[in-house]
Amino acid sequence: MAIVVKRPKLSFWEKLYLPGIIKGLGITLRHFFLSLTGKTKVSMQYPEEKWDSHLPEYYRGAPALVTDEQGRERCVACQLCEFICPPRAITIHPEEIPSEDKWAKVEKRPQEFEIDMIRCIYCGLCEEVCPEQAIFLRKEYAFTGLKREDMVHNKKRLYEIGGVREGLVNKWNELK
Amino acid sequence: MDITFILISVAKIIGLVFLTILPMVAYSVWAERRVSALIQDRVGPNRVGIPFTKIRLAGLGQPIADGIKFLLKEDFTPSHVRKGYYWLAPALTMVPALLTCAVLPFGSELFGIKMVIADLSVGPLFIFAIASLSVYGIVLAGWASNSKYPFLGGVRSSSQMISYEISLGLSIVPILMIFGQLNLSDIVMEQARNGWALLPLWGDRLSLKGFLLFIPIFISFVIFTTSMFAETNRLPFDLPECETELVAGYHTEYSSMKFALFFLGEYAAMIIGSGLAVTLFLGGWSLPFGWLVPEDGASVPFWMGALHILSFLGKVVAFILFFIWVRWSLPRFRYDQLMRLGWVFFFEIALFNILLTAGILLFVK
Amino acid sequence: MTALFYFFAFVMLAGGLGVVLTRSPVTSAFSMVVSFLGLAALFIMLHAYLIGTLQILVYAGAIMVLFLFIIMLLDLKAEEDRKISLFTVIGGALLVSVFASQIIKVVKALPAAAEAMPELSASASEDVKNTGLLMFTDYVFPLQIIGVLLLVATVGVIVLSKKELK
Ligand code: SF4
Ligand code: SF4
Repeated sequence: MAIVVKRPKLSFWEKLYLPGIIKGLGITLRHFFLSLTGKTKVSMQYPEEKWDSHLPEYYRGAPALVTDEQGRERCVACQLCEFICPPRAITIHPEEIPSEDKWAKVEKRPQEFEIDMIRCIYCGLCEEVCPEQAIFLRKEYAFTGLKREDMVHNKKRLYEIGGVREGLVNKWNELK
Repeated sequence: MDITFILISVAKIIGLVFLTILPMVAYSVWAERRVSALIQDRVGPNRVGIPFTKIRLAGLGQPIADGIKFLLKEDFTPSHVRKGYYWLAPALTMVPALLTCAVLPFGSELFGIKMVIADLSVGPLFIFAIASLSVYGIVLAGWASNSKYPFLGGVRSSSQMISYEISLGLSIVPILMIFGQLNLSDIVMEQARNGWALLPLWGDRLSLKGFLLFIPIFISFVIFTTSMFAETNRLPFDLPECETELVAGYHTEYSSMKFALFFLGEYAAMIIGSGLAVTLFLGGWSLPFGWLVPEDGASVPFWMGALHILSFLGKVVAFILFFIWVRWSLPRFRYDQLMRLGWVFFFEIALFNILLTAGILLFVK
Repeated sequence: MTALFYFFAFVMLAGGLGVVLTRSPVTSAFSMVVSFLGLAALFIMLHAYLIGTLQILVYAGAIMVLFLFIIMLLDLKAEEDRKISLFTVIGGALLVSVFASQIIKVVKALPAAAEAMPELSASASEDVKNTGLLMFTDYVFPLQIIGVLLLVATVGVIVLSKKELK
């Protein structure tokens, strides 16, 4: 059933529009002068003012690889993150850890680990899925490049961004 | 037609059109963006200054950057358009807008030369005649684009412009009756001596008759300004573009400099419209209260002439700011409301206004 | 001055030819506008500012816009590929030649054609005023008649186009 909405009855002044128009002009004029005199708060002026120092701990910036306290790369190249990444931004080339290595019992590590930052959507699924707590979304968010290749983060760059994270579960540690 | 006359005219044209109006067009776009930002509690384009330095000048470099961008963009011609007219249309919107400034007196005298390009005896008529040609640009753009949104935009725009031309023309008749003149220079001179049309506070017009005439003049002014909004396709009457319904109306299919010409044509029309309103209602180049009115026949010193030009430009800028202010305050009208306003209200009120003026002129001494 | 005259006369005639010779209705209408502009320029060169401006204002600015409007709305495609028959060519030529000979005859018969007229004064500032005065004194009756005729025509058009309005 259709609902009939009654049109409001307008008084003469309302029908004339003019008072309404003048009122509207008054409102915009007030905003104009408040902004002009700097009384209105405006948004952050990005390149000069950054909110980096206000970033919360849980901020989700670029995904990056981390090392633990002993400088061991935590990633074991299980490729789960490569598998789950919705836009398929991650490419991993695994390699075996040679037996003379201190961490030979870990067996596997990424030889190359690439995240294409043009594709990444900062969803955080890689962090979610990683069984080794090796990949985290860190606070860097502004990346630029002149070529597509510049926007692909390789392993070195990923560790640079990621840095060391302490106080995580250390399952490969002798001291456990 | 001697050579000095031609040279002086050329100098005036270059000075007015290329050194004043075109930069003003560019900067009114900037002003539009800055003012709209301030009204909406934003910042607006405040970055582009002098290139390769950190000097920003509150974004005053923006129009130049915009211009370069427009020139360098790909000029894309869709395959389905009617080529010749498609190319002609942008020029046809820009040219009439610039032509009309020929009869606007933008100053008193400078070095003994009258500051008006063509001192015609039919000033306002000339402006309306040329301005009425600008509708061709829009109609052709809509038709030549050969697609639906532009066509609807073109149809809307032309019927809107034709409708409002009538109230625009009728609304200035009372002014012309009061001054008994069609020569814009003489109208301005008269206002300089005896009070502006909208400010009858000195000279002859400081009298009962002057105050009574203020009523029809004010009505005229309201109708004229509103019709001017409609003529220049500005919000609240920008139905030809009307993003929410028609994408961008008649210039949907245009890109690069061709689009820029439409865009700038709109602003040029707005500037000329403001110039005409200032000339007719706000005393043109004259200063208020009859200050510094040039004597008949006496030569005008340079500083005074320059001051008059500045006064004219100042008033025009104020009027443009008013245009911008209105644009960012009012919502768009519906199409039938627009037509009703034009034909049912303004047309009648303007006619009645003429009668009122005639009555006052006839009976009040 | 004479160069300007020839220029505008050429523009006007070229526009006129364009009206007849082009196939597309829009181009025809547009040529007509060009022709009007040339004519207006010629009027202005004779210091007849009022008529020149009115020519643009009324014909180029209002009437032709409506013409163009209707042509575009109808989108006359058929006109563009219509064949020219011999009959129309001969008929047209005949009509034109008769009309042209008439005009030549009339112009030749005018006494003014033989002598050169004195130049009009450059200060035609009274142009509008004189026209207005004449119109509202000597010719006020014809003016009113025309007004009434136009009103009748308007009413007629509205009645015809709104048939269902009983
Ligand atoms: S954040 Fe999301 S999109 Fe980016 S790499 Fe990780 S899983 Fe892929
Ligand atoms: S980052 Fe984590 S999920 Fe990805 S390959 Fe390494 S260990 Fe597996």
